[in-house]
Amino acid sequence: MSRPEAKTVLTADGIHKSYGDFAVLKGVSLAARERDVICMIGASGSGKSTFLRCINLLETPEAGSIAFEGEQLNLDRRGDGAARLDARQISRIRSRMGMVFQSFNLWSHLTVLDNVTIAPIKVLGVPKAEAKERAEGLLAKVGLFDKRFHYPAHISGGQQQRCAIARALAMDPKLLLFDEPTSALDPELVGEVLRVMRLLAEEGRTMIVVTHEMAFAREVSSEVLFLHEGKIEERNTPEQIFGNPTSERCRRFLQRVL
Amino acid sequence: MTADLFQGWGTQLFWGTMVTLKVAFLSLLAGLAIGLAVALAKLSSSRLLRVAGDVYTTCIRGTPELLIILLVYFGSTVALSAALRRIGGPDTHFEMPALGAGVLALSLVFGGYAAEIFRGAFLAIPAGQIEAARAFGMRPATLFIHIRLPLMWRYALPALGNIWISLIKNTSLISIVGLEELMRVSYVATSVTRSPFHFYVLAAVIYLTLTIANSLIIDMLETRANRGVRRV
Repeated sequence: MSRPEAKTVLTADGIHKSYGDFAVLKGVSLAARERDVICMIGASGSGKSTFLRCINLLETPEAGSIAFEGEQLNLDRRGDGAARLDARQISRIRSRMGMVFQSFNLWSHLTVLDNVTIAPIKVLGVPKAEAKERAEGLLAKVGLFDKRFHYPAHISGGQQQRCAIARALAMDPKLLLFDEPTSALDPELVGEVLRVMRLLAEEGRTMIVVTHEMAFAREVSSEVLFLHEGKIEERNTPEQIFGNPTSERCRRFLQRVL
Repeated sequence: MTADLFQGWGTQLFWGTMVTLKVAFLSLLAGLAIGLAVALAKLSSSRLLRVAGDVYTTCIRGTPELLIILLVYFGSTVALSAALRRIGGPDTHFEMPALGAGVLALSLVFGGYAAEIFRGAFLAIPAGQIEAARAFGMRPATLFIHIRLPLMWRYALPALGNIWISLIKNTSLISIVGLEELMRVSYVATSVTRSPFHFYVLAAVIYLTLTIANSLIIDMLETRANRGVRRV
């Protein structure tokens, strides 16, 4: 937290999003600096995942602004309020953010290795041999080198999620987005995924993590945001949030989940 | 023995079979292209394209193949002759070659059925895998070629195999416009030799050989396409 010299990677300001009449996000703001690990916690339906998906524009926010590595995302409003998105810019920005999904979303027709190499080759234009070499290194790092010729359906959920993390790392991202990465896993497989994420945090990767793993949030994050009904109810250091939350809602939420 | 079996018609039957295969494969290639294009039209965001795609598949699937072959054969002859006159050509009766008409008609039919199969297969792709591709910055063309198409293929293959076997058999309908394919050769042979049962059984055995061989090829393709699917 106390590193004012660190470069800002992402700023999201006043993000609003609603589905029909239901407002999911009512002005959520966040700034992530290099090496920050920001955990977003809160009850389901509080808007955590939607916010994460707004950052790389898988969802289009209705209001607010996003800047990534100093580049303002083009979210100009049309007359009807819908954003006129710049497909080229979005593609470029997405390719510098790695995303890890709750349900892995590995491409089922590709082997573990090909899942990791295809985006660098087809999106970034990395030469095949180089992409393969890098992918093998990343798979070794997440403990999947031996499984590199397997298809996603033939490995466990924990292995699939570690493959998905390697896939995200292969883009050499400036920011990693984790959308409840362990929520779809059997309890005994959660540990292996959290271990990899811990390793990434220690390496100084900039990460935004939506999670229900309170122990992880407490030990790894530099900042914890507690969301309630589309708003940030409390933001603080993990020590403060978990030790002495100022918000009554946050206190009650933590009592329920801890 | 062999001479007795074919009664001197061996060569003709062989070339008839070759024509049958030629028509079938050409129609398959063109039909797959038509099917893909129509499926994309049916899934497009443009209402006009969606309606056009629906009209196409409804018409094709709602009329007999034989009728479509006749319509294409005689229709194209009329249309080509008129077109020739329009550009100042001689006032002749331009006849569409039976092979071309047959391939065109069977492609249209195959395309109509394939379009429905492709449409369903595109819709069966898990949305998360498409979303992941977008999240990694894939542009629509890359996403289509490297993610959507191969994923769709696996869902489409079993049903495509069925209509491919139908297509092989439907080539026999082109005999009606005089194309010298297996059916037509068999028919001619029966009238010359006056042993219809013999030659029709022979033709049936040849068709059966073709369809069984192709079923085996489809099984191999399915096994290959299902490499990434959980073994049950």
